[in-house]
Amino acid sequence: MYVLSAIVSLTLLGLFLGLLLGIAARYLKIESSPIIDQLESLLPGSQCGQCGFPGCRPAAEALAEGKAPATICPPGGSALAEQIAALLGLDLDLSEVKEPELLVARVSEATCTGCTRCFKVCPTDAIVGAPKQIHTVVADACIACEKCVDVCPTECLQMHPVEVTLRNWRWTKPALPVASNAVC
Amino acid sequence: MLSFFSKPRIRGGVHAEEHKAATAALPIASNFPLPEKLYIPLQQHVGKPAEPVIKVGEKVLKGQLLAYSQGMISAPVHAPSSGVILDVNDYPAPHPSALPIRMIVLETDGKDERIAAQIAADPFQLTPEEISLRVGAAGIVGLGGATFPTAVKLNMGRENHIDTLIINGAECEPYLSCDDRLMQERAAQIIDGVRLMLHGMTNSPGANLHLPEGGRAGQPGMTNSPGANLHLPEWGRAGQPGMKTTNAVIAIEDNKLQAFLAMQAAAKPYPLINVIQIPTRYPMGWDRQLIRYVTGREVPVGCRSSEIGVTIHNVGTAYAVHKAIRDGQPLLGRVITVAGGAVKRPMNIEVPFGTLISELFSFCEVNPEKTARIIMGGPMMGDSLPHTGLPTVKATSGILALTQSELKNTAEQPCIRCASCVSVCPAGLRPLDMANNIRINQLDAAVDLGLKDCISCGCCSYICPSNIPLVQYFKYAAGEVMARQQAQHKSEQTKRLIEARNARMERIAQQQREEELARIAAKAERERLKAEQEALA
Repeated sequence: MYVLSAIVSLTLLGLFLGLLLGIAARYLKIESSPIIDQLESLLPGSQCGQCGFPGCRPAAEALAEGKAPATICPPGGSALAEQIAALLGLDLDLSEVKEPELLVARVSEATCTGCTRCFKVCPTDAIVGAPKQIHTVVADACIACEKCVDVCPTECLQMHPVEVTLRNWRWTKPALPVASNAVC
Repeated sequence: MLSFFSKPRIRGGVHAEEHKAATAALPIASNFPLPEKLYIPLQQHVGKPAEPVIKVGEKVLKGQLLAYSQGMISAPVHAPSSGVILDVNDYPAPHPSALPIRMIVLETDGKDERIAAQIAADPFQLTPEEISLRVGAAGIVGLGGATFPTAVKLNMGRENHIDTLIINGAECEPYLSCDDRLMQERAAQIIDGVRLMLHGMTNSPGANLHLPEGGRAGQPGMTNSPGANLHLPEWGRAGQPGMKTTNAVIAIEDNKLQAFLAMQAAAKPYPLINVIQIPTRYPMGWDRQLIRYVTGREVPVGCRSSEIGVTIHNVGTAYAVHKAIRDGQPLLGRVITVAGGAVKRPMNIEVPFGTLISELFSFCEVNPEKTARIIMGGPMMGDSLPHTGLPTVKATSGILALTQSELKNTAEQPCIRCASCVSVCPAGLRPLDMANNIRINQLDAAVDLGLKDCISCGCCSYICPSNIPLVQYFKYAAGEVMARQQAQHKSEQTKRLIEARNARMERIAQQQREEELARIAAKAERERLKAEQEALA
């Protein structure tokens, strides 16, 4: 008798909750997953395409569907990978991630003709200049997208590694000791 | 009996071999020959680098301003001797990386001609603001090694309700004895500097920021401090101007008996200055450890000591304040301990800033073949330097030339989880767990374990039986966390820039569309009018 009442009540409960879920799925439906928006806001947004997707939005979609690893974005490096992994609840192995080499564009003042082509393409307005004046790059705003390098007619814009100064010098990670064969 | 129930007043720490005897018995040498060239970095302090005011080729006098402080937290730089400015350019910095920083190169002329200075007849007649202004203009920074501008600290003392000024004479690092000698030989000057600091921290009468007399006496900590052997100052009695709001405690480790006696004798006429002995234990000179021991108060994480009513200065700083106010002499040099197994004549020596370490070493007859490592500062927290062509700066308390036998065996072995590092950590952290997390790049986990509270004191690395370079792990991780924060900040700024640019482009396109429409409309209107006129005609 007890068994029967349990089966009946649980079945009714299941049907009722299923109905509620069905109604909710119909009326409270959202168009796109909010996780994609969150992921997109984490990504740099410079649409550089280095991940193999045509932009940051498609990359975010691939991440949300689980088709791309958390380490997808090369400019973001391990810092971004950690954020993505935390958001998606993924296990992350950072040992394979290569930190992006920090580059910055620099104008060679000897060959700049002041053609203004570079600052028209700069996505972050990091290049300042005026027609027939020597242009210059605001290093802090440069994201190393290399778009200016492609359009420069005199090749005076080149990418250089960011100079190491006392300001950005960091201690290195201690090397792991070589495993000894000593038997304890 | 009560002390049985109170919290332990010293947390963690180690007692390393002192190695102080060789230098602590000798008087401070002042016969160092003036170097021909001085390399004076523009940044010898925490904050923004100073900005040069001199030109190459200009003749300067001793004590003349070379570079002024810019920004809120900064300190000026003065000429340590008279001579000609040779160059203002990048030279290797006294730093483990020896990367170049901007320096002024001064060729001395040997005359050591001083610039005329303004000296107040009675500095206690000056307003406290004037005192900290003069201290700031003299380029004085914390000489214990933190190099925080002293004037800023004095100002903070006026703005917060400070009731205790602690003068740090602990000098807990092995080998170093410069503060010890300074206290033995120049106790009266240090005490005078302490009195001037007290005056500089007093609220000026007009400001009326004093706590009521009764309220101050009832401050927790001062009265409740467990077993503190300092008697409560009598607030009403302070006859001298400028010594109303605070009292001073000079804390000296009990291995420096001579210094303690000298300071006690010098402080006798001033009832508000107490000289106390503290146990010899590294890192007793860490400000939070010292505050905890002396006052029984704990500085909360992320707070400054001024927030709990305490401010702390080094004895060397007090001496520099005395020199600046009484003699009008800015900070031009300091006493440096040169010691270590490779030094034939170890000593404490007064040198001008900008002296190359190589010249110090040749004066002290350092054997370069025996030198295995050069360290600026003490052996526990100091920085290892790659070569001797680097100048001494305001932070240089000592230069050590250590032999191979004085260094720790660095063959690293696996962690055996003995937790020695946990018991010696003065900040109450778990170094082994933090290092394990950092090893597998879990920096967030290390931050959660308190990475930011690590003071790099080196106790854990010192005690570790497996020779694990724990402090290097923490320094690496702290730098990496900082780099990631900067990267994240940059990506946020990048997003803002891209959005601003897109909005601008959109606005321009919109404007062009509107102009185009307006032009089409105008054209249509013109044609309509023309058609009407033709129709009329």
